[in-house]
Amino acid sequence: MNELAELVPWLGKHKPRAARAVVLLVILVAPMIAIMFGRTWVRVLDFALLYMMLALGLNLVVGFAGLLDLGYIAFYAVGAYTWAFLASPHFADAFPAVAAGIGAADGIHLPFWLVLPVGAALAAMAGIVLGFPVLRLRGDYLAIVTLGFGEIVRIFMNNLNYPINITNGPQGINLLDSMNLFGWDLARSIKLWGFKIDSLFFYYYFFLLCVAGSILFIQRLQISRVGRAWAAMRDDELAARAIGINIRNMKLLAFSLGATFGGVAGGLFGAFQGFVSPESFSLMESIAVLVMVVFGGMGNIAGAVVGALILTALPEILRHIAQPVQQALFGQVLLDPEVLRMLLYALAMILMMLLRPGGLIPAHARYSRPEYVTAGGTGA
Amino acid sequence: MIRLLEARGVSKFFGGLTALAEVSLTIGKGEVYGLIGPNGAGKTTLFNVLTGSYVADEGEFVFDGTELPSGKPHRVVEQGIARTFQNIRLFREMTALENVMAGHHIRTRATIWGILTQNRHTREEERLTTERAFELLRYVGIERFARTVSKNLSYGDQRRLEIARALATEPRLLALDEPAAGMNATETGHLRELIERIRTDGTTVLLIEHDVKLVMGLCDRIAVLDFGRKIAEDVPAEVQRNPAVIEAYLGGGHRAQ
Repeated sequence: MNELAELVPWLGKHKPRAARAVVLLVILVAPMIAIMFGRTWVRVLDFALLYMMLALGLNLVVGFAGLLDLGYIAFYAVGAYTWAFLASPHFADAFPAVAAGIGAADGIHLPFWLVLPVGAALAAMAGIVLGFPVLRLRGDYLAIVTLGFGEIVRIFMNNLNYPINITNGPQGINLLDSMNLFGWDLARSIKLWGFKIDSLFFYYYFFLLCVAGSILFIQRLQISRVGRAWAAMRDDELAARAIGINIRNMKLLAFSLGATFGGVAGGLFGAFQGFVSPESFSLMESIAVLVMVVFGGMGNIAGAVVGALILTALPEILRHIAQPVQQALFGQVLLDPEVLRMLLYALAMILMMLLRPGGLIPAHARYSRPEYVTAGGTGA
Repeated sequence: MIRLLEARGVSKFFGGLTALAEVSLTIGKGEVYGLIGPNGAGKTTLFNVLTGSYVADEGEFVFDGTELPSGKPHRVVEQGIARTFQNIRLFREMTALENVMAGHHIRTRATIWGILTQNRHTREEERLTTERAFELLRYVGIERFARTVSKNLSYGDQRRLEIARALATEPRLLALDEPAAGMNATETGHLRELIERIRTDGTTVLLIEHDVKLVMGLCDRIAVLDFGRKIAEDVPAEVQRNPAVIEAYLGGGHRAQ
């Protein structure tokens, strides 16, 4: 938050409080501005928030603990499919006999406060499952194994429709329940004094709350014995061992906590989208999230947030510009928007390496509480 | 002499190479114990086995009456043995203060839940860790660099910081691997004072060092390793006269005149 405020031109340097207020205001009214350009843009913002959660979680693994993970999207998939399985008619379609037997003839429909934690827990478990075999690996080797892990999960999702239909294969699972906050369905627009409040707004603010919570948690983690142990491990594993840090536990903790954020984001994604299929969890998505983290500034919370926002919104903006432009220039669309997105990511990476090698907001990570540090310094 | 650490017939082989051959030695509480020997004699290997980085092929270490776990560095630190490295190994991206705070890790207990909720215990522990880190920086004399990122510190200060970080684990035995390497005479003098102070304050010191003047002046007793064997263990004056030691350092043929 403070780091974001510093980015505001002029105000950031001279009036930090005002800058913070500006940032907060922009965050709060963003969807109202976006809707003037059409509902699509609010959707884009909602997705940006989901990607922020992913980037924050991956930043924990890659930026804090220094473990390069190229299969992070697998945890997103675990969360999304947990939601799909526990909150959709799918169960009744796949196992009509069992479903009728346990009195769930129209499928399982558990409430969100049950499904999200289950999804998060399953993702965390998946994190540990990935963590154990890669404990001794570093750098390139770790990257390859995690990449494989991500693909394995996707392929499982693609093929687990036989012999028992768990994931409904490549067709994916449809008609997922939407977010239902104790009787208040987020997917339903509300009419209030003649104004129609779009459901996308509710999702925006709910996701915003989730992102804010994640940031708070991660900040607290960073300034703690765990955050310092991760940073130590990242900087010098041998020295970290020598001061008594249990490397195995700390790595597993990083993988499972990072995965937890992925799992929660996945559940939210499922509820928001109403539909999941293996396509959404390809290697390209893993790389996209990693690019967001690296682009924003590895090991930096604000960096992950800004990276996710820019790299979600920019391709969408380009898509809306590029298509008409191509149409006008060549009379047809030569470059598919999806191709453009990857092209843009590549461009962003190259520009970043040339101009700001530390990322958009280079990490000035702190691992100690500023108020204690000042107190100690004056006590000399 | 009260025994603090005892090595009982410790051997370590790397393939056909015998890095340590049945090394036995005893370090008393409150001693500064020197470990010297020509390059490749096995001094650092002994350190690595002692601190659990390597698993001993034979023998064991007994520390204050209990056998040390082999191959589990964090358990060894928990028992009260801390070490520094021959080539400095700091957490380069962290400040000096945070390096020392990280060293306190093993003595803190905050859980993930405590960190998430920032309960009283966690906050209190964090405050104490910070305070203690400042104390240690002051102790080794680099408090003014508390907020400096450690990679930007001067060489001598990095050495001091590494010692402060090791002290943060609250060791009963501090193992220093060539702490004076690359230091000039003034810096070595300060280092010597620091080690003496550490000993006076109740921490036993195990010291690997090439600087003969420092070792002879500082250590209560010295063990000499050569090709993985202990060839002498005595007070400095006796070690200096020992023919086997002279031969190891100066080669066969030589005779003291």
